[in-house]
Amino acid sequence: MDSVSIVAAASIIAAALCMGIGAIGPALAQGQAVHSALSSIAQQPDERNSLTRTLFVGLAMIESIAIYCFVIAMILVFANPFWNYVIKKAGG
Amino acid sequence: MEVVAIHQISPDQVILFQWQWITINATMVYTWLVMAILVVGSLLITRRLSAERSLSRWQNLLEVILGGVRSELREISQEDADRYFPFIGTLFLFILFSNLLTFIPGYVAPTSSLTTTAALAILVFFAVPLFGIAKLGFAEYFKEYFRPNLLFFPFHIMGEFSRTLALAVRLFGNLMSHEKVITILLAVTPFFFPVAMQVLGLLIGIIQAYIFAVLAMVYIASASQAHETKVSN
Repeated sequence: MDSVSIVAAASIIAAALCMGIGAIGPALAQGQAVHSALSSIAQQPDERNSLTRTLFVGLAMIESIAIYCFVIAMILVFANPFWNYVIKKAGG
Repeated sequence: MEVVAIHQISPDQVILFQWQWITINATMVYTWLVMAILVVGSLLITRRLSAERSLSRWQNLLEVILGGVRSELREISQEDADRYFPFIGTLFLFILFSNLLTFIPGYVAPTSSLTTTAALAILVFFAVPLFGIAKLGFAEYFKEYFRPNLLFFPFHIMGEFSRTLALAVRLFGNLMSHEKVITILLAVTPFFFPVAMQVLGLLIGIIQAYIFAVLAMVYIASASQAHETKVSN
């Protein structure tokens, strides 16, 4: 296999694995966060505003981990830094 | 019509004008557009403020938004938040408007480029020590870095840099990935799903603007808190 094919195959597989595995952790963590928020709201309904606000801040922080993985996957597919180099070398 | 082509990753790469060393790309143009809307809109609305019961609806809207931001800041910083209000309020309004205007066709959010979000995060990075020193003074603020133990100094420094990076990449990642997903969906299943995703994008934009402003306030408030171990009964 020449380097163009290797770079292409590696980027595609890496992007898919990155997003797939990277979504597991944040999803589980967000489920747990919503679970505790719901039980807290059920225990103290008049604190609902503060609890919901804290829940959203926490969810966004957890979400950012999944977003990092998504950004890496997007960069590998759309803005791959090695792709242009290898194409230039293959072009001679 | 597409401003950012499918193989480009941010509006930075769409160059609209180039003359010697002056390069104007799409990010700058849309940033100027958001700035113009905010500045001209506020000037027009505040030209005739009224303190009686009959307000114009635009003044009412501004009061609702600014009152909401102010009460949030007061809750987070547990004190009078008027000294942080211009900075955090501007951050919030800029990010909010640049995220919300995406329903206009042909508009690309300037916050979907890493340069804009990195600039905003660097603003927060410098604002935290500035507000801390203004409130606590040089010596007390720098003593915080050594606070539990002398060995914690590199961890605090690393924490500062990683927080700033996280702020920038969170906002960039949310917006850029959303635009890319909509672009790809337009190529695959046009009409219904891209519209639903764009509505979700508005919600995501509002939440991310709120998160950015709240996190900036939390960082500033935690750095400006004097260590109150000396106060005892």
